[in-house]
Amino acid sequence: MELLPTIWFIAIAVLWTGYLFLEGFDLGVGMLMKSFARNNTERRVLLNTIGPVWDGNEVWLLTAGGATFAAFPLWYASLFSALYLPLLLVLVALIFRAVAFEYRGKVDNPRWRARWDWAISLGSLVAAFGVGAALGLTTTGLPINANGDREGGPFAWFSGYAVLGGLAVVGFSLLHGLAFLALKTDGDVRHRARRWFVRLLPVLLLPMAGWAVSLQLISGEVWTVVAVAAAVVAAVMAWNFARTGAEGRAFLALGTFLLLGSASIFGAAFPVVLPSTLNPEFHLTISNASSSDYTLGLMSIVACIGLPLVLAYQAWTYWVFRRRVSHAHIPEAHNFLPAIAAKALAPKD
Amino acid sequence: MDALEIARWQFGITTVYHFMMVPLTIGLGLVVAVIQTMWHRTGKPEYLRMTKFWGKLFLINFIMGVATGIVQEFQFGMAWSEYSRFVGDVFGAPLAMEALLAFFVESTFLGLWIFGWKQLKPAVHLACLWIAVIGSVFSAYFIIVANSWMQHPVGVEMIDGRPVMTDAWAVFTNNTALVAVPHTIFGALAVAGAFLLGIAWYHLWRRRHDGIDTVGEDGKVVPGESDIPGRDRTDHAVWIRSLRIGAVVAMISFAGTAITGDLQGKLMFEQQPMKMAAAEAACHDGTGFSILSIGNVGSKNCDDIVALIEVPGILSFLAKGDFTTEVKGVNSLIDQYKADYGTHLPDNPIYGERAGKEIQYVPVMEVTYWGFRMMIGFGGLAAVAALAALWLTRKGTVPASRGLMRLAVFGILAPFGANAAGWIFTEMGRQPFVVAPNPDPSGIDQVFMFTAAAVSPGVSAGELLTSLVVLTAVYAVLLVVEVKLLVKYIRGGVVAAMPELAHVPVDENEDATPKGGGPGKPGDDVLAFAY
Repeated sequence: MELLPTIWFIAIAVLWTGYLFLEGFDLGVGMLMKSFARNNTERRVLLNTIGPVWDGNEVWLLTAGGATFAAFPLWYASLFSALYLPLLLVLVALIFRAVAFEYRGKVDNPRWRARWDWAISLGSLVAAFGVGAALGLTTTGLPINANGDREGGPFAWFSGYAVLGGLAVVGFSLLHGLAFLALKTDGDVRHRARRWFVRLLPVLLLPMAGWAVSLQLISGEVWTVVAVAAAVVAAVMAWNFARTGAEGRAFLALGTFLLLGSASIFGAAFPVVLPSTLNPEFHLTISNASSSDYTLGLMSIVACIGLPLVLAYQAWTYWVFRRRVSHAHIPEAHNFLPAIAAKALAPKD
Repeated sequence: MDALEIARWQFGITTVYHFMMVPLTIGLGLVVAVIQTMWHRTGKPEYLRMTKFWGKLFLINFIMGVATGIVQEFQFGMAWSEYSRFVGDVFGAPLAMEALLAFFVESTFLGLWIFGWKQLKPAVHLACLWIAVIGSVFSAYFIIVANSWMQHPVGVEMIDGRPVMTDAWAVFTNNTALVAVPHTIFGALAVAGAFLLGIAWYHLWRRRHDGIDTVGEDGKVVPGESDIPGRDRTDHAVWIRSLRIGAVVAMISFAGTAITGDLQGKLMFEQQPMKMAAAEAACHDGTGFSILSIGNVGSKNCDDIVALIEVPGILSFLAKGDFTTEVKGVNSLIDQYKADYGTHLPDNPIYGERAGKEIQYVPVMEVTYWGFRMMIGFGGLAAVAALAALWLTRKGTVPASRGLMRLAVFGILAPFGANAAGWIFTEMGRQPFVVAPNPDPSGIDQVFMFTAAAVSPGVSAGELLTSLVVLTAVYAVLLVVEVKLLVKYIRGGVVAAMPELAHVPVDENEDATPKGGGPGKPGDDVLAFAY
C-alpha cells in the first residue's frame, strides 16, 4: 500500500467534503431564492447571509479540482474529459451565479433583479446537480478505455448514478441551506426555514443515503457500513434538534451527516478513484493514476501549511459576520440617479 | 475545423477574455489599496471617496475574473486530457497551490473587505484589502510558473515517457517566470493607470462642461460647487488626484514593462529562437529590426517578405545587447528544429489525422509579427498619452475639448490591447509545441509536446464546438452587461458608489473615522450591505 497516494486520496476526499459542507449551504440558499423567499426584502436577507462567504466557499471547488490535477493527473484528465458536456453546464451555471450575486443589486429595477434571481436559483441548482453527478459517477464508474478516454459518445456517461449523485447533492444543499438560514436569520425567515427543514429532511437526504448505501453494496467494508449507520443517526438527531429549536446543533448534526456519508462513500470506493464500466483492468486507482512521490511530498508540505491557514481565516470570517440578519437590517435599495442626470431633479434645500 | 482547432480557438478566446478582467483586477486592486492607505493616513475625504468609487468598479470587474477563471482550470482536463496526463506531475502543482495559497486568500479577504466596512476596525479593514491584493499577485505568480514551464520546461526528468518533477526549486524559480511575473504585473498596472486617467478625465471635463469648475485668468482651475450631491469641491480633488495617480502609474508601468520585456526578449532568443525570428518575420540571419515589412508575412515562403524599413543592429540589441551579433532567421532555424525534433509527427493515433504529417515549425507569422508590434505600440501609446495628460492638466483641470476627452476615454483600451497582443504573441509563437523544448544542452531538450497530441482523444469535435459556441455567447452577453454596469457607475460618479453622500450632509468621515475609531457600537450589527 502506498502511503502518499493514500494520504492524497484522503486529502481530496476532505476537500470535496469541505466543498459540500461550505458551498452546500450557499448553493442551497441560492436555490431557495425563488421558492422560499417571498419578496425582495427576504431575498436580500437570504443573499446577505451568504454574501461575505460564498466566494471563499467556491474556492474549495477550485482547490479540489486543482489538487486532483496535481495529485492524480490521470483521474483529473479522464473524469473531466469524460464529463465534458455536464461540466460545461456546471461552468455556465457557476458563471451566471457568481455574476448574479454581484450584479443583482446594482440596478434598481424589478425586471433586472428577477433575471438575476433566476440566474442564482437555476445556477445553484444546476451547479449542485452537476457536481453531484460527477462525484456520483467517479465513485460508481464511467465507460473509459485503457487510455482513460470515454467510449460511446458525448452522452455515454449517463447512468442512474449520475441522477442519484446529482439529486443527493441538490437535496443535501437545500437542507443545509435551510439549516443555515435558520441559524443566520431572524424573524419570519428563521422560523419558516426551520419548519421547512423539519418537514423536508427525510425527502432531501434520501438520495444521499441511497448513494452511500449503493456504494456499500458494491464495495463496502465494515467501517464504511458503520459510518452509513452513524450518518443516519446524525440525520435523525438533526431533525430532532431542529424540531426543538436548537438551530446550531441541527446545523452541526447535518454537517456530521455529510462527514460520515462522505467518509462511507469515499471509503468504500478506495483505492479505486474512477472505475471503468468497460473492463475492471481499466480502473483508475490511487496507484496507477497518481503523481510521483516527489510531487505528492511537495504538495503534502504545501497542504500542511495552507489548509490550516485557510480553515483559520475562513473561520474568522464566519466569526466576524456571526450576527443574524433580518428584515430590520436591510436598508432601502438605493436608487441613485447618475449625478449628471440628477442635476435637474436635485432637491433644493 | 477539427477537434484540435476548435479546442485551440476555445482556449484562446476564453483565455484572452479572462485576461481582460485579470489585469484590471490586479492593477486596480493595488491602486485602491494604496488610495485607502492614504485615506487611513490622512483622513482626507477625497481619498475615502476615491476608495469607494474605484473600489466599486474594481468589484464589478473582479467578479467577472472569478467567474471566467474556473473555466480555465476545468478546461485542461475537459479539452486537453492528453496534455493533463503528460504534464500533470509538474503542471498540476502550481495550479493547486494557486487555489490553496493565493485564491483562497483573495476571495476570503475580499469578502471581508466588501462587507466589513463597519464590522472591522479601520486598520484591520484596510489590511484585509492589502492581503487580498497581495493574494492576487501570488495568483499571478503561480499561474505564470505553470505557463512558464510550458514555455521553458525545467526541473524534470523523463520517466516512462512523462516528465516527472525532480527539482521543485527549479520549477518555481524558472527564469522564464521570474521575468514574466514583473512584466505581467507592470502590464496590469498599465491597464489600471489608463483606466484611472480616462475616467477621471471624463469627470473633470464634465465638471467644466457643466460650469462647476471654471478657469481663471492665469489658466488655473477654480473648483466650484453645485447643489447636486457629491459634486462639490472635494469632487474636483477626487478626479484630479485620480488622474495624476493614473498618469504616473501608467508611465512607471510602461517603463517597467519595457525593461522586463527586454529581459524577456533576450531570454526568448535563447529559449525559443523560432518565436523571436517569427516576431520579426526575419527569414534570413541578420541584425536589423523591421519597422515595417511588406508582402505576405503569413506566407510560409520567406521570399515573399520584403523588409521595407529596417534599422540595422537593433535586432541584435534586442537579442544580445550589442549591435553586431547575427541573429538566426527562420530559414536556418527550421533546419535546426527539424534535426532536433523531427521532420514528421510520429505515426501515433494520438495525433489523429495529423499522424505522420510534416511538422510546420514556423508559427503563423502575421500573428507573431503584428502581435509583437501591437503589444509595444499600444503600450508606448498609453505612456505617451499619460505624459501628455500630465502636461495638459498641470493647471488643475482638463482642456474643455470634447475630442480630447473622448481620446482619453478610448485610451483606456490601449493597455488592454497591449496585454492581449502580448499573450497572443507568446502563446502562438510557441506553436507547434504546447510544451516548447528547452534547448539547454543538459539533456532536458527531449521534454516537449506537440499541440497536436494534447487534445482530449475521447471528446468529439461536436462537443468542443458546443462549448465554444456556448462559452463565446455567454462571454459576449456578460461583456455587454459588465461594460453597461461600469459605464452606469462611472457616469454616476462618486455618489453612485457612496449613496450616503446624497442623504447625509457633508462629514462623510463621521461613520468610519480612520483614526482612533473602533468598530461599530456594541449591538450595532447592521452589515455594511453590499447586496
